[in-house]
Amino acid sequence: MSHAEDNEGTRRDFLYYVAGGAGVVATGAAVWPLINQMNPSADVQALSSIRVDVSGVEQGTQLTVKWLGKPVFIRHRTEAEIQAAQEQDADGVEAMPDPLARNVNLPADAPATDANRVMPSPEGEAPGAWLVQMGVCTHLGCVPLGDAGEFGGWFCPCHGSHYDLAGRIRKGPAPENLPVPPAEWTDSTTIRLG
Amino acid sequence: MSGIPHDHYEPKTNGEKWLHSRLPIVGLLYDTLMIPTPKNLNWMWIWGIVLTFCLALQIITGIVLVMHYTPHVDLAFASVEHIMRNVNGGYMIRYLHQNGASLFFVAVYIHIFRGLFYGSYKAPREVTWIIGMLIYLMMMGTAFMGYVLPWGQMSFWGATVITGLFGAIPFVGEAIQTWLLGGPAVDNATLNRFFSLHYLLPFIIAGLVIVHIWAFHTTGNNNPTGVEVRRTSKAEAEKDTLPFWPYFVIKDLFALAVILVVFWAIVGFMPNYLGHPDNYIEANPLVTPAHIVPEWYFLPFYAILRAFTSEVWVVQFASFITGGIIDAKFFGVLAMFGAILAMALAPWLDTSTVRSGKYRPMFKWWFYLLVIDFFALMWLGAMPAEEPYATFSLIASAYWFAYFLVILPILGVIEKPLPQPETIEEDFNAHYGKADADATPAAAPAE
Repeated sequence: MSHAEDNEGTRRDFLYYVAGGAGVVATGAAVWPLINQMNPSADVQALSSIRVDVSGVEQGTQLTVKWLGKPVFIRHRTEAEIQAAQEQDADGVEAMPDPLARNVNLPADAPATDANRVMPSPEGEAPGAWLVQMGVCTHLGCVPLGDAGEFGGWFCPCHGSHYDLAGRIRKGPAPENLPVPPAEWTDSTTIRLG
Repeated sequence: MSGIPHDHYEPKTNGEKWLHSRLPIVGLLYDTLMIPTPKNLNWMWIWGIVLTFCLALQIITGIVLVMHYTPHVDLAFASVEHIMRNVNGGYMIRYLHQNGASLFFVAVYIHIFRGLFYGSYKAPREVTWIIGMLIYLMMMGTAFMGYVLPWGQMSFWGATVITGLFGAIPFVGEAIQTWLLGGPAVDNATLNRFFSLHYLLPFIIAGLVIVHIWAFHTTGNNNPTGVEVRRTSKAEAEKDTLPFWPYFVIKDLFALAVILVVFWAIVGFMPNYLGHPDNYIEANPLVTPAHIVPEWYFLPFYAILRAFTSEVWVVQFASFITGGIIDAKFFGVLAMFGAILAMALAPWLDTSTVRSGKYRPMFKWWFYLLVIDFFALMWLGAMPAEEPYATFSLIASAYWFAYFLVILPILGVIEKPLPQPETIEEDFNAHYGKADADATPAAAPAE
């Protein structure tokens, strides 16, 4: 090709750039569907909201339901548990590994007090009676065990993360508190997740 | 091909000449098989053949298993049981495939440590080393995805934990994790794509193996002395080498036969010894097994992943200077991949010009300590995440990095190497006597 020797090959250079650019765009356009097909499909996305009947959940027990392929812990706490959880606030929320509430129903900077972690109670129940949170360890996604660990809450058997009675990370490799999913009462015995 | 001077393929009959002028494939195979190979190779040089055998074994048994397996969350576990109970000889094929993975990793670890001791990674064999590391990474990916397919408890939770590693990447981690899984959690979409990739990757590995062989056939094999084959003339090169066929092929096949005796004993009498009983329980997204342990071949790097918790000062320092972007979780992930990266960079971290550890009096001990460290990490990876194992893991992980990042660079400067033999022939005669050297070995195979 002669254009390497003289400087008048600008039309040819222009064609090279246009052809090269078009080639890059075309390749990108062809590759993107192949990448995007791996993202969640429509049927998976459709299962994003469920209703859970919690009328049968006695105080001091926990219901585990599957939402978005992951377990959600719905804990009906006893008076003693509520009191113990509130006493754990005294350990100092600021000093905890994760000082934030991680409750999507509240502003992102809400502090991790017990009151900011629990659901508002339905009428006739003590505040803090219902704690709803994802049953997914924030370390690497295992399901923590209930009524276990050094803080009386949950313990993840995979890598030894300890969560307290409000689902806050207190010890171990997990970086964040158990997240609280979008949840609200549709009536006094039904919780809607998502 | 450049490299060691030797006789090339000459087509003799008319048929051979006809083909050779159209496609020189017989010549390619002949030159590959007759490659001059240092005649002092010891038993540590047999693992390449074992690895090639493993790849073939896994591909063949895998293709057969796919004829009976169903990649769906409702049917996968049952279809594996179907293979075990109903398919003719299915249990044996599956046990071969399952334990074949273990043999594959035994061989690859010895092969890697062979390279580390004899300096096989050093110039001019860096490309061979890097391709080997890529093969090793792909083997790990393939083995991990293969372990998910039976859809047992360990399959499911192993997949959850390992894909969770990608979620630790700052900012984009969650999107990447969702993309990898095809949903918010490990589910049918995940199983299907892992199946697809588990079938694909071995063929990419096979391609890389060819490039791996091409690379070291260009540079010539390393050998226990680390001294290069003389290549000024064919006559001189023949004093240092023997052709691969038949000398090394027969030797390697003998070694393979011995290894397969042990392998068959395991497959026949204790096929589940290296497995985990929890994987015979069907996957349940709502219950985590009490103690998640990866397969044994992942344990050393799993131990490194877990070693760096938020109490460790390096982690706190990294978190501080990055403004919290690198937290303990991400640090662990970086450490795990960094451990393999450090090993891959060995050709440029090792400053010594002496290849073989045989002539490096100080290096030797640090190397043996690395081998012990590797087994220590493997043991620690299987232990629960509590004291005193956490502290031991941290020390063992630190040594792994220190070996590559500190000890290898410094040793090359301060160490006084022992005298090396001038030639491979000299070393060979010192071991096997002068008489052998008078026979001209190259005359034998050509007929």
